[in-house]
Amino acid sequence: MIVEATGLRKAYGSTAVLDGIDLEVAEGSVFALLGPNGAGKTTTIRILSTLSRPDGGRLRVAGFDVVREPAEVRGVISLTGQYAAVDAEQTGRENLVMVARLMHLGRPGAKARAAELLERFDLVDAADRRVKTYSGGMRRRLDLAMSLVAAPKVIFLDEPTTGLDPASRTTMWDAIRDLVRTGTTIFLTTQYLEEADRLADRIMVLDKGKVAAQGTADDLKARVGGDRLDLRFTSGAALDVAAALLGGFPDHERLVLSVPSDGTAAHLHTVLDDLRAAAAAPVQVSSHRPTLDDVFLALTAREGVPA
Amino acid sequence: MSHAITDSMTMIGRSIRLGRRNVDTLIMSIVLPLLMMALFVYVFGGAIDTGTQYINYVVPGIILLCTGYGAASTAMSVADDMNSGMIDRLRSMPIRSFAVLTGHVTASVARNALSTTIVVGAAVAMGFRPSASPLEWVAAAGLLLLYVLALSWLAAGLGSVAKSVESASALSFFMLFLPYLSSAFVPTDTMPSFLRGVSEHQPITPVIETVRGLLTGTPIGDKGWIALAWSVGLLVASFIVATALYRRRVND
Repeated sequence: MIVEATGLRKAYGSTAVLDGIDLEVAEGSVFALLGPNGAGKTTTIRILSTLSRPDGGRLRVAGFDVVREPAEVRGVISLTGQYAAVDAEQTGRENLVMVARLMHLGRPGAKARAAELLERFDLVDAADRRVKTYSGGMRRRLDLAMSLVAAPKVIFLDEPTTGLDPASRTTMWDAIRDLVRTGTTIFLTTQYLEEADRLADRIMVLDKGKVAAQGTADDLKARVGGDRLDLRFTSGAALDVAAALLGGFPDHERLVLSVPSDGTAAHLHTVLDDLRAAAAAPVQVSSHRPTLDDVFLALTAREGVPA
Repeated sequence: MSHAITDSMTMIGRSIRLGRRNVDTLIMSIVLPLLMMALFVYVFGGAIDTGTQYINYVVPGIILLCTGYGAASTAMSVADDMNSGMIDRLRSMPIRSFAVLTGHVTASVARNALSTTIVVGAAVAMGFRPSASPLEWVAAAGLLLLYVLALSWLAAGLGSVAKSVESASALSFFMLFLPYLSSAFVPTDTMPSFLRGVSEHQPITPVIETVRGLLTGTPIGDKGWIALAWSVGLLVASFIVATALYRRRVND
Protein backbone atom coordinates (compact mmCIF):
# COMPACT_ATOMS: atom_id res chain seq x y z
CA MET A 1 0.00 0.00 0.00
CA ILE A 2 1.57 3.27 -1.08
CA VAL A 3 -0.77 5.46 1.01
CA GLU A 4 -2.00 4.24 4.39
CA ALA A 5 -3.92 6.01 7.10
CA THR A 6 -5.32 4.60 10.31
CA GLY A 7 -7.42 6.53 12.78
CA LEU A 8 -6.78 9.88 11.10
CA ARG A 9 -8.25 12.66 13.20
CA LYS A 10 -8.23 16.44 12.87
CA ALA A 11 -10.22 19.12 14.63
CA TYR A 12 -10.30 22.88 14.30
CA GLY A 13 -11.19 24.15 17.73
CA SER A 14 -13.98 21.91 19.00
CA THR A 15 -15.18 20.98 15.51
CA ALA A 16 -14.00 17.53 14.40
CA VAL A 17 -13.23 17.77 10.69
CA LEU A 18 -11.91 14.22 10.39
CA ASP A 19 -13.18 11.74 12.91
CA GLY A 20 -11.17 8.52 12.58
CA ILE A 21 -10.51 7.85 8.90
CA ASP A 22 -8.86 4.59 7.76
CA LEU A 23 -7.78 4.31 4.17
CA GLU A 24 -5.43 2.33 1.94
CA VAL A 25 -4.34 3.07 -1.61
CA ALA A 26 -2.58 0.45 -3.75
CA GLU A 27 0.42 1.52 -5.81
CA GLY A 28 -0.49 2.47 -9.37
CA SER A 29 -4.21 2.79 -8.67
CA VAL A 30 -6.62 5.70 -8.67
CA PHE A 31 -8.31 6.45 -5.36
CA ALA A 32 -11.18 8.91 -5.18
CA LEU A 33 -12.40 10.66 -2.07
CA LEU A 34 -15.97 11.60 -2.75
CA GLY A 35 -18.14 13.84 -0.66
CA PRO A 36 -20.09 17.07 -0.40
CA ASN A 37 -18.51 20.40 0.57
CA GLY A 38 -17.26 20.33 4.14
CA ALA A 39 -16.94 16.54 4.28
CA GLY A 40 -13.21 16.77 5.05
CA LYS A 41 -11.78 15.92 1.62
CA THR A 42 -9.39 18.85 1.36
CA THR A 43 -8.26 18.45 4.97
CA THR A 44 -7.39 14.79 4.26
CA ILE A 45 -5.34 15.76 1.21
CA ARG A 46 -3.60 18.60 3.07
CA ILE A 47 -2.60 16.25 5.87
CA LEU A 48 -1.36 13.49 3.55
CA SER A 49 0.67 16.00 1.53
CA THR A 50 2.35 17.32 4.75
CA LEU A 51 0.71 20.77 4.66
CA SER A 52 -1.34 20.26 7.78
CA ARG A 53 -0.62 18.27 10.95
CA PRO A 54 -3.07 15.61 12.04
CA ASP A 55 -4.27 15.49 15.66
CA GLY A 56 -4.05 11.71 15.67
CA GLY A 57 -3.58 8.63 13.56
CA ARG A 58 -0.82 6.76 11.77
CA LEU A 59 -0.04 7.96 8.26
CA ARG A 60 2.42 6.59 5.75
CA VAL A 61 3.10 7.62 2.15
CA ALA A 62 5.52 5.49 0.10
CA GLY A 63 6.79 3.98 3.34
CA PHE A 64 7.56 7.32 5.00
CA ASP A 65 5.84 8.61 8.11
CA VAL A 66 3.97 11.77 7.08
CA VAL A 67 4.41 13.50 10.44
CA ARG A 68 7.97 12.44 11.28
CA GLU A 69 9.50 12.39 7.78
CA PRO A 70 7.77 15.21 5.89
CA ALA A 71 10.84 16.04 3.78
CA GLU A 72 11.04 12.45 2.50
CA VAL A 73 7.31 12.44 1.75
CA ARG A 74 7.60 15.72 -0.17
CA GLY A 75 10.32 14.12 -2.29
CA VAL A 76 7.93 11.48 -3.68
CA ILE A 77 4.60 13.30 -3.91
CA SER A 78 3.14 16.28 -5.64
CA LEU A 79 0.04 18.30 -4.91
CA THR A 80 -2.30 20.04 -7.29
CA GLY A 81 -4.59 22.13 -5.15
CA GLN A 82 -8.11 23.33 -5.72
CA TYR A 83 -6.98 26.66 -7.11
CA ALA A 84 -4.47 26.51 -9.94
CA ALA A 85 -1.15 27.44 -8.28
CA VAL A 86 0.42 29.14 -11.26
CA ASP A 87 1.92 32.61 -11.64
CA ALA A 88 -0.37 34.61 -13.91
CA GLU A 89 2.39 37.10 -14.75
CA GLN A 90 4.85 34.39 -15.83
CA THR A 91 4.58 32.44 -19.07
CA GLY A 92 3.71 28.76 -19.02
CA ARG A 93 7.31 27.89 -19.81
CA GLU A 94 8.68 30.16 -17.06
CA ASN A 95 6.33 28.55 -14.52
CA LEU A 96 7.56 25.09 -15.48
CA VAL A 97 11.24 26.07 -15.54
CA MET A 98 10.84 27.65 -12.09
CA VAL A 99 9.50 24.40 -10.62
CA ALA A 100 12.17 22.38 -12.43
CA ARG A 101 14.90 24.66 -11.02
CA LEU A 102 13.44 24.18 -7.54
CA MET A 103 13.71 20.43 -8.16
CA HIS A 104 17.42 21.03 -8.91
CA LEU A 105 17.32 19.89 -12.51
CA GLY A 106 19.95 22.44 -13.56
CA ARG A 107 19.34 25.06 -16.24
CA PRO A 108 19.52 22.90 -19.41
CA GLY A 109 17.70 20.02 -17.71
CA ALA A 110 14.96 22.36 -16.50
CA LYS A 111 14.43 23.79 -19.98
CA ALA A 112 14.28 20.33 -21.56
CA ARG A 113 11.80 19.08 -18.95
CA ALA A 114 9.61 22.17 -19.43
CA ALA A 115 9.55 21.68 -23.20
CA GLU A 116 8.64 18.01 -22.78
CA LEU A 117 5.73 18.78 -20.44
CA LEU A 118 4.44 21.63 -22.63
CA GLU A 119 4.33 19.17 -25.51
CA ARG A 120 2.60 16.49 -23.43
CA PHE A 121 -0.08 18.84 -22.13
CA ASP A 122 -0.77 20.47 -25.46
CA LEU A 123 0.50 23.88 -24.36
CA VAL A 124 3.25 24.40 -26.95
CA ASP A 125 1.44 27.21 -28.79
CA ALA A 126 0.74 29.05 -25.53
CA ALA A 127 4.13 28.27 -23.94
CA ASP A 128 5.53 31.79 -24.19
CA ARG A 129 2.34 33.65 -23.40
CA ARG A 130 1.65 34.89 -19.91
CA VAL A 131 -0.63 32.58 -17.97
CA LYS A 132 -3.15 35.37 -17.33
CA THR A 133 -4.22 34.94 -21.00
CA TYR A 134 -4.89 31.20 -20.50
CA SER A 135 -8.35 29.63 -20.28
CA GLY A 136 -9.40 27.79 -17.11
CA GLY A 137 -8.67 24.44 -18.72
CA MET A 138 -5.19 25.52 -19.86
CA ARG A 139 -4.37 26.76 -16.36
CA ARG A 140 -5.36 23.43 -14.85
CA ARG A 141 -3.27 21.56 -17.41
CA LEU A 142 -0.28 23.76 -16.65
CA ASP A 143 -0.91 23.26 -12.94
CA LEU A 144 -0.90 19.49 -13.44
CA ALA A 145 2.21 19.71 -15.64
CA MET A 146 3.98 21.64 -12.86
CA SER A 147 3.12 18.82 -10.47
CA LEU A 148 4.73 16.28 -12.78
CA VAL A 149 8.11 17.95 -13.20
CA ALA A 150 9.84 15.58 -10.79
CA ALA A 151 7.91 12.44 -11.82
CA PRO A 152 6.30 11.89 -8.40
CA LYS A 153 5.15 8.46 -7.19
CA VAL A 154 1.90 9.77 -5.74
CA ILE A 155 -0.09 12.71 -7.06
CA PHE A 156 -2.70 14.39 -4.90
CA LEU A 157 -5.37 16.17 -6.94
CA ASP A 158 -7.82 18.29 -5.00
CA GLU A 159 -10.98 18.65 -7.11
CA PRO A 160 -9.08 18.68 -10.40
CA THR A 161 -12.04 19.59 -12.60
CA THR A 162 -14.21 21.80 -10.38
CA GLY A 163 -15.34 24.79 -12.39
CA LEU A 164 -14.22 23.45 -15.77
CA ASP A 165 -16.44 23.22 -18.82
CA PRO A 166 -17.29 19.70 -20.06
CA ALA A 167 -14.68 19.72 -22.86
CA SER A 168 -11.86 20.81 -20.54
CA ARG A 169 -13.03 18.24 -18.01
CA THR A 170 -12.70 15.45 -20.56
CA THR A 171 -9.21 16.67 -21.46
CA MET A 172 -8.24 16.61 -17.77
CA TRP A 173 -9.61 13.09 -17.42
CA ASP A 174 -7.54 11.95 -20.39
CA ALA A 175 -4.44 13.53 -18.85
CA ILE A 176 -5.12 11.74 -15.55
CA ARG A 177 -5.63 8.38 -17.30
CA ASP A 178 -2.31 8.87 -19.12
CA LEU A 179 -0.63 9.30 -15.76
CA VAL A 180 -2.09 6.06 -14.51
CA ARG A 181 -0.65 4.30 -17.55
CA THR A 182 2.84 5.41 -16.48
CA GLY A 183 2.30 3.74 -13.10
CA THR A 184 1.69 6.87 -11.02
CA THR A 185 -0.65 6.53 -8.07
CA ILE A 186 -3.46 9.09 -8.07
CA PHE A 187 -5.29 10.28 -4.98
CA LEU A 188 -8.08 12.64 -5.94
CA THR A 189 -11.02 14.33 -4.32
CA THR A 190 -14.16 15.18 -6.18
CA GLN A 191 -17.74 16.25 -5.74
CA TYR A 192 -18.65 14.66 -9.07
CA LEU A 193 -19.88 11.10 -9.01
CA GLU A 194 -19.26 10.75 -12.70
CA GLU A 195 -15.64 11.69 -12.20
CA ALA A 196 -15.10 9.09 -9.48
CA ASP A 197 -16.99 6.50 -11.54
CA ARG A 198 -14.88 7.10 -14.64
CA LEU A 199 -11.44 7.43 -13.09
CA ALA A 200 -11.25 5.63 -9.80
CA ASP A 201 -10.41 2.03 -8.99
CA ARG A 202 -11.60 2.57 -5.44
CA ILE A 203 -13.93 5.17 -4.04
CA MET A 204 -14.37 6.31 -0.48
CA VAL A 205 -17.44 8.34 0.37
CA LEU A 206 -16.72 10.85 3.10
CA ASP A 207 -19.48 12.58 4.99
CA LYS A 208 -19.07 14.94 7.97
CA GLY A 209 -15.56 13.67 8.63
CA LYS A 210 -16.48 10.00 8.68
CA VAL A 211 -16.26 7.21 6.12
CA ALA A 212 -19.78 6.64 4.83
CA ALA A 213 -18.84 3.82 2.46
CA GLN A 214 -15.97 2.53 0.38
CA GLY A 215 -15.25 0.07 -2.39
CA THR A 216 -15.28 -0.06 -6.19
CA ALA A 217 -17.94 1.87 -8.06
CA ASP A 218 -19.80 -1.43 -8.57
CA ASP A 219 -19.59 -2.32 -4.88
CA LEU A 220 -21.14 0.98 -3.98
CA LYS A 221 -23.88 0.67 -6.55
CA ALA A 222 -24.68 -2.82 -5.29
CA ARG A 223 -25.26 -1.31 -1.85
CA VAL A 224 -28.37 0.52 -3.03
CA GLY A 225 -29.66 -2.62 -4.72
CA GLY A 226 -29.23 -4.22 -8.11
CA ASP A 227 -30.78 -3.41 -11.47
CA ARG A 228 -34.44 -2.78 -11.91
CA LEU A 229 -36.92 -3.13 -14.80
CA ASP A 230 -39.44 -0.40 -15.52
CA LEU A 231 -42.54 -1.78 -17.32
CA ARG A 232 -45.02 0.69 -18.82
CA PHE A 233 -48.66 -0.25 -19.44
CA THR A 234 -51.53 1.32 -21.38
CA SER A 235 -54.13 0.92 -18.62
CA GLY A 236 -54.39 0.96 -14.85
CA ALA A 237 -56.09 -2.42 -15.01
CA ALA A 238 -53.08 -4.02 -16.76
CA LEU A 239 -50.77 -2.37 -14.21
CA ASP A 240 -52.79 -3.86 -11.34
CA VAL A 241 -52.73 -7.32 -12.89
CA ALA A 242 -48.96 -7.08 -13.40
CA ALA A 243 -48.39 -5.79 -9.87
CA ALA A 244 -50.44 -8.66 -8.42
CA LEU A 245 -48.38 -11.10 -10.44
CA LEU A 246 -44.84 -9.70 -10.05
CA GLY A 247 -44.88 -7.51 -6.95
CA GLY A 248 -42.61 -4.46 -7.26
CA PHE A 249 -43.53 -0.79 -7.02
CA PRO A 250 -46.51 0.41 -9.13
CA ASP A 251 -46.71 4.08 -10.16
CA HIS A 252 -50.34 4.67 -11.12
CA GLU A 253 -49.79 8.12 -12.49
CA ARG A 254 -47.17 7.09 -15.06
CA LEU A 255 -48.63 3.57 -15.40
CA VAL A 256 -45.17 2.16 -14.67
CA LEU A 257 -44.27 -0.89 -12.59
CA SER A 258 -40.71 -1.14 -11.23
CA VAL A 259 -39.52 -4.65 -10.46
CA PRO A 260 -36.14 -5.77 -9.12
CA SER A 261 -34.03 -7.67 -11.60
CA ASP A 262 -30.71 -9.51 -11.75
CA GLY A 263 -30.02 -7.83 -15.08
CA THR A 264 -30.06 -11.06 -17.14
CA ALA A 265 -31.93 -11.61 -20.42
CA ALA A 266 -33.44 -14.79 -18.97
CA HIS A 267 -35.17 -12.83 -16.22
CA LEU A 268 -36.57 -10.37 -18.77
CA HIS A 269 -37.90 -13.29 -20.85
CA THR A 270 -39.66 -14.82 -17.86
CA VAL A 271 -41.26 -11.52 -16.88
CA LEU A 272 -42.54 -10.83 -20.41
CA ASP A 273 -43.83 -14.41 -20.89
CA ASP A 274 -45.69 -14.32 -17.57
CA LEU A 275 -47.28 -10.96 -18.41
CA ARG A 276 -48.35 -12.11 -21.88
CA ALA A 277 -49.93 -15.24 -20.36
CA ALA A 278 -51.87 -12.96 -17.96
CA ALA A 279 -52.93 -10.74 -20.91
CA ALA A 280 -51.12 -7.77 -19.37
CA ALA A 281 -48.22 -7.24 -21.79
CA PRO A 282 -46.35 -3.94 -21.28
CA VAL A 283 -45.89 -1.47 -24.15
CA GLN A 284 -42.42 -0.41 -23.08
CA VAL A 285 -39.58 -1.94 -21.06
CA SER A 286 -36.49 -0.18 -19.78
CA SER A 287 -33.67 -1.44 -17.61
CA HIS A 288 -31.85 0.73 -15.04
CA ARG A 289 -28.56 0.29 -13.31
CA PRO A 290 -28.31 2.28 -10.09
CA THR A 291 -26.04 5.29 -10.58
CA LEU A 292 -23.49 6.60 -8.12
CA ASP A 293 -25.90 9.49 -7.67
CA ASP A 294 -28.34 7.07 -6.05
CA VAL A 295 -25.52 5.82 -3.81
CA PHE A 296 -24.31 9.26 -2.97
CA LEU A 297 -27.73 10.58 -2.05
CA ALA A 298 -28.53 7.49 -0.03
CA LEU A 299 -25.26 7.63 1.90
CA THR A 300 -24.92 11.33 2.55
CA ALA A 301 -28.58 12.18 3.04
CA ARG A 302 -28.95 14.88 5.67
CA GLU A 303 -31.10 14.21 8.69
CA GLY A 304 -34.74 14.94 8.00
CA VAL A 305 -34.29 14.40 4.29
CA PRO A 306 -35.43 10.99 3.11
CA ALA A 307 -32.66 8.94 1.53
CA MET B 1 23.12 24.35 2.05
CA SER B 2 23.92 24.95 -1.62
CA HIS B 3 20.33 23.94 -2.40
CA ALA B 4 19.07 26.58 0.01
CA ILE B 5 21.03 29.12 -2.05
CA THR B 6 19.87 27.92 -5.47
CA ASP B 7 16.26 27.73 -4.21
CA SER B 8 16.52 31.32 -3.00
CA MET B 9 18.07 32.37 -6.32
CA THR B 10 15.21 30.73 -8.21
CA MET B 11 12.63 32.50 -6.05
CA ILE B 12 14.47 35.84 -6.32
CA GLY B 13 14.44 35.49 -10.11
CA ARG B 14 10.73 34.80 -9.97
CA SER B 15 9.93 37.77 -7.72
CA ILE B 16 11.98 40.16 -9.85
CA ARG B 17 10.22 38.92 -13.00
CA LEU B 18 6.81 39.31 -11.35
CA GLY B 19 7.74 42.75 -10.02
CA ARG B 20 8.93 43.92 -13.42
CA ARG B 21 5.66 42.80 -15.00
CA ASN B 22 3.45 44.25 -12.32
CA VAL B 23 3.47 47.60 -14.11
CA ASP B 24 0.90 49.26 -11.82
CA THR B 25 3.00 48.79 -8.69
CA LEU B 26 6.19 49.75 -10.48
CA ILE B 27 4.71 52.97 -11.85
CA MET B 28 3.06 53.85 -8.55
CA SER B 29 6.31 53.37 -6.62
CA ILE B 30 8.02 55.87 -8.92
CA VAL B 31 5.22 58.29 -9.82
CA LEU B 32 3.88 58.73 -6.30
CA PRO B 33 7.17 59.98 -4.78
CA LEU B 34 7.68 62.24 -7.81
CA LEU B 35 4.22 63.77 -7.34
CA MET B 36 4.82 64.20 -3.61
CA MET B 37 8.14 65.86 -4.31
CA ALA B 38 6.58 68.26 -6.85
CA LEU B 39 3.77 69.03 -4.40
CA PHE B 40 6.13 69.80 -1.54
CA VAL B 41 8.71 71.68 -3.55
CA TYR B 42 6.37 73.79 -5.69
CA VAL B 43 3.22 74.11 -3.56
CA PHE B 44 4.08 73.93 0.16
CA GLY B 45 7.83 74.51 -0.02
CA GLY B 46 7.64 78.28 -0.34
CA ALA B 47 5.79 78.53 2.98
CA ILE B 48 8.08 76.23 4.94
CA ASP B 49 11.19 77.82 6.40
CA THR B 50 14.02 75.34 6.82
CA GLY B 51 16.88 77.80 6.54
CA THR B 52 17.93 76.34 3.18
CA GLN B 53 16.59 75.72 -0.33
CA TYR B 54 13.47 73.63 0.43
CA ILE B 55 14.27 71.03 -2.22
CA ASN B 56 17.61 70.33 -0.53
CA TYR B 57 15.73 69.85 2.73
CA VAL B 58 12.92 67.65 1.43
CA VAL B 59 14.66 65.16 -0.91
CA PRO B 60 15.87 62.80 1.86
CA GLY B 61 12.32 62.75 3.24
CA ILE B 62 10.89 61.95 -0.18
CA ILE B 63 13.43 59.13 -0.57
CA LEU B 64 12.37 57.63 2.76
CA LEU B 65 8.72 57.95 1.84
CA CYS B 66 9.41 56.30 -1.50
CA THR B 67 11.33 53.39 0.03
CA GLY B 68 8.83 52.88 2.83
CA TYR B 69 5.95 52.81 0.38
CA GLY B 70 7.85 50.52 -1.98
CA ALA B 71 8.83 48.12 0.78
CA ALA B 72 5.21 47.94 1.94
CA SER B 73 4.13 46.52 -1.42
CA THR B 74 6.18 43.43 -0.48
CA ALA B 75 3.37 42.65 1.95
CA MET B 76 0.94 42.47 -0.96
CA SER B 77 3.14 40.17 -3.06
CA VAL B 78 3.63 37.83 -0.10
CA ALA B 79 -0.08 37.91 0.80
CA ASP B 80 -0.91 37.02 -2.79
CA ASP B 81 1.28 33.90 -2.64
CA MET B 82 -0.07 32.96 0.77
CA ASN B 83 -3.69 33.14 -0.34
CA SER B 84 -3.46 31.86 -3.91
CA GLY B 85 -2.33 28.26 -3.49
CA MET B 86 1.24 28.98 -4.59
CA ILE B 87 2.45 28.50 -1.02
CA ASP B 88 0.79 25.05 -0.89
CA ARG B 89 2.62 24.01 -4.04
CA LEU B 90 5.95 25.21 -2.65
CA ARG B 91 5.38 23.67 0.76
CA SER B 92 4.55 20.29 -0.72
CA MET B 93 7.88 20.32 -2.57
CA PRO B 94 11.16 19.14 -0.99
CA ILE B 95 12.51 22.69 -0.67
CA ARG B 96 12.72 25.36 2.04
CA SER B 97 9.53 27.22 1.26
CA PHE B 98 10.72 30.20 3.30
CA ALA B 99 12.68 31.04 0.12
CA VAL B 100 9.46 32.56 -1.20
CA LEU B 101 9.87 35.38 1.36
CA THR B 102 13.58 35.78 0.59
CA GLY B 103 12.64 36.15 -3.08
CA HIS B 104 10.09 38.89 -2.46
CA VAL B 105 12.34 40.79 -0.04
CA THR B 106 15.30 40.76 -2.44
CA ALA B 107 13.10 41.86 -5.33
CA SER B 108 11.74 44.64 -3.11
CA VAL B 109 15.25 45.93 -2.37
CA ALA B 110 16.11 45.86 -6.09
CA ARG B 111 12.88 47.63 -7.05
CA ASN B 112 13.40 50.31 -4.42
CA ALA B 113 17.00 50.86 -5.47
CA LEU B 114 15.73 51.52 -8.98
CA SER B 115 12.88 53.84 -7.99
CA THR B 116 15.09 55.74 -5.52
CA THR B 117 17.69 56.29 -8.25
CA ILE B 118 14.98 57.68 -10.53
CA VAL B 119 13.62 59.93 -7.78
CA VAL B 120 17.10 61.30 -6.99
CA GLY B 121 17.68 61.90 -10.72
CA ALA B 122 14.39 63.78 -10.98
CA ALA B 123 15.23 65.78 -7.85
CA VAL B 124 18.52 66.92 -9.41
CA ALA B 125 16.57 67.99 -12.51
CA MET B 126 14.26 70.00 -10.21
CA GLY B 127 17.15 71.82 -8.58
CA PHE B 128 18.43 69.47 -5.86
CA ARG B 129 22.13 70.17 -5.36
CA PRO B 130 23.78 67.51 -3.20
CA SER B 131 27.29 68.25 -1.93
CA ALA B 132 28.18 64.65 -1.06
CA SER B 133 31.58 63.06 -1.76
CA PRO B 134 31.57 59.58 -3.35
CA LEU B 135 32.14 58.06 0.09
CA GLU B 136 29.15 59.95 1.51
CA TRP B 137 27.00 58.76 -1.41
CA VAL B 138 28.03 55.17 -0.62
CA ALA B 139 27.29 55.67 3.08
CA ALA B 140 23.85 57.16 2.34
CA ALA B 141 23.03 54.37 -0.13
CA GLY B 142 24.19 51.75 2.37
CA LEU B 143 22.03 53.14 5.16
CA LEU B 144 19.01 53.35 2.85
CA LEU B 145 19.53 49.76 1.68
CA LEU B 146 19.68 48.59 5.27
CA TYR B 147 16.50 50.52 6.07
CA VAL B 148 14.66 49.15 3.01
CA LEU B 149 15.81 45.63 3.79
CA ALA B 150 14.49 45.93 7.35
CA LEU B 151 11.13 47.34 6.21
CA SER B 152 10.82 44.71 3.47
CA TRP B 153 11.27 41.88 5.97
CA LEU B 154 8.70 43.49 8.24
CA ALA B 155 6.31 43.78 5.29
CA ALA B 156 6.99 40.17 4.28
CA GLY B 157 6.17 39.00 7.79
CA LEU B 158 2.93 40.99 7.93
CA GLY B 159 2.05 39.86 4.40
CA SER B 160 2.45 36.22 5.38
CA VAL B 161 -0.31 36.46 8.00
CA ALA B 162 -2.60 38.80 6.03
CA LYS B 163 -5.88 37.15 5.09
CA SER B 164 -6.02 38.94 1.75
CA VAL B 165 -4.00 41.18 -0.56
CA GLU B 166 -6.37 44.05 0.29
CA SER B 167 -5.66 43.85 4.01
CA ALA B 168 -1.93 43.65 3.29
CA SER B 169 -2.20 46.91 1.35
CA ALA B 170 -3.09 48.73 4.59
CA LEU B 171 0.61 48.73 5.42
CA SER B 172 1.27 50.98 2.41
CA PHE B 173 -1.00 53.68 3.82
CA PHE B 174 0.75 53.46 7.15
CA MET B 175 4.15 53.82 5.48
CA LEU B 176 2.84 56.75 3.47
CA PHE B 177 1.64 58.49 6.61
CA LEU B 178 4.53 57.81 8.99
CA PRO B 179 7.08 60.21 7.37
CA TYR B 180 4.78 63.15 8.19
CA LEU B 181 5.49 62.49 11.86
CA SER B 182 9.21 62.95 11.32
CA SER B 183 11.62 65.61 10.13
CA ALA B 184 10.88 64.62 6.52
CA PHE B 185 8.92 67.71 5.50
CA VAL B 186 9.25 70.19 8.34
CA PRO B 187 11.88 70.53 11.10
CA THR B 188 10.61 68.79 14.25
CA ASP B 189 11.15 71.88 16.46
CA THR B 190 8.11 73.49 14.82
CA MET B 191 5.86 70.70 16.11
CA PRO B 192 3.89 70.75 19.41
CA SER B 193 5.91 69.08 22.14
CA PHE B 194 4.00 65.76 22.31
CA LEU B 195 4.38 65.28 18.54
CA ARG B 196 8.03 66.28 18.72
CA GLY B 197 8.54 63.49 21.26
CA VAL B 198 7.05 60.98 18.84
CA SER B 199 8.81 62.25 15.75
CA GLU B 200 12.23 62.50 17.33
CA HIS B 201 12.11 59.00 18.73
CA GLN B 202 10.90 57.08 15.71
CA PRO B 203 13.45 55.53 13.35
CA ILE B 204 12.60 57.64 10.31
CA THR B 205 13.90 60.92 11.77
CA PRO B 206 17.49 59.79 12.50
CA VAL B 207 17.66 58.01 9.13
CA ILE B 208 16.44 61.13 7.33
CA GLU B 209 18.77 63.42 9.30
CA THR B 210 21.72 61.15 8.51
CA VAL B 211 20.91 60.90 4.79
CA ARG B 212 20.34 64.67 4.68
CA GLY B 213 23.66 65.27 6.41
CA LEU B 214 25.52 62.92 4.09
CA LEU B 215 23.99 64.38 0.92
CA THR B 216 23.74 68.10 1.73
CA GLY B 217 26.26 68.59 4.54
CA THR B 218 23.87 69.48 7.39
CA PRO B 219 25.17 68.44 10.83
CA ILE B 220 24.63 64.78 11.65
CA GLY B 221 25.89 64.60 15.23
CA ASP B 222 25.02 61.34 16.96
CA LYS B 223 22.09 60.79 14.54
CA GLY B 224 24.35 58.63 12.34
CA TRP B 225 24.89 56.00 15.01
CA ILE B 226 21.28 56.17 16.13
CA ALA B 227 20.13 55.66 12.52
CA LEU B 228 22.49 52.70 12.11
CA ALA B 229 21.37 51.17 15.40
CA TRP B 230 17.71 51.62 14.49
CA SER B 231 18.18 50.08 11.03
CA VAL B 232 20.20 47.08 12.23
CA GLY B 233 17.86 46.55 15.18
CA LEU B 234 14.82 46.85 12.92
CA LEU B 235 16.36 44.40 10.45
CA VAL B 236 17.06 41.79 13.12
CA ALA B 237 13.64 42.26 14.72
CA SER B 238 11.82 42.21 11.36
CA PHE B 239 13.59 39.04 10.28
CA ILE B 240 12.69 37.31 13.55
CA VAL B 241 9.10 38.52 13.31
CA ALA B 242 8.86 37.44 9.66
CA THR B 243 10.17 33.96 10.49
CA ALA B 244 7.77 33.60 13.41
CA LEU B 245 4.73 34.91 11.51
CA TYR B 246 5.51 32.70 8.52
CA ARG B 247 5.77 29.63 10.76
CA ARG B 248 2.53 30.56 12.46
CA ARG B 249 0.75 30.87 9.14
CA VAL B 250 1.96 27.58 7.69
CA ASN B 251 1.43 25.47 10.84
CA ASP B 252 -2.15 24.34 11.05
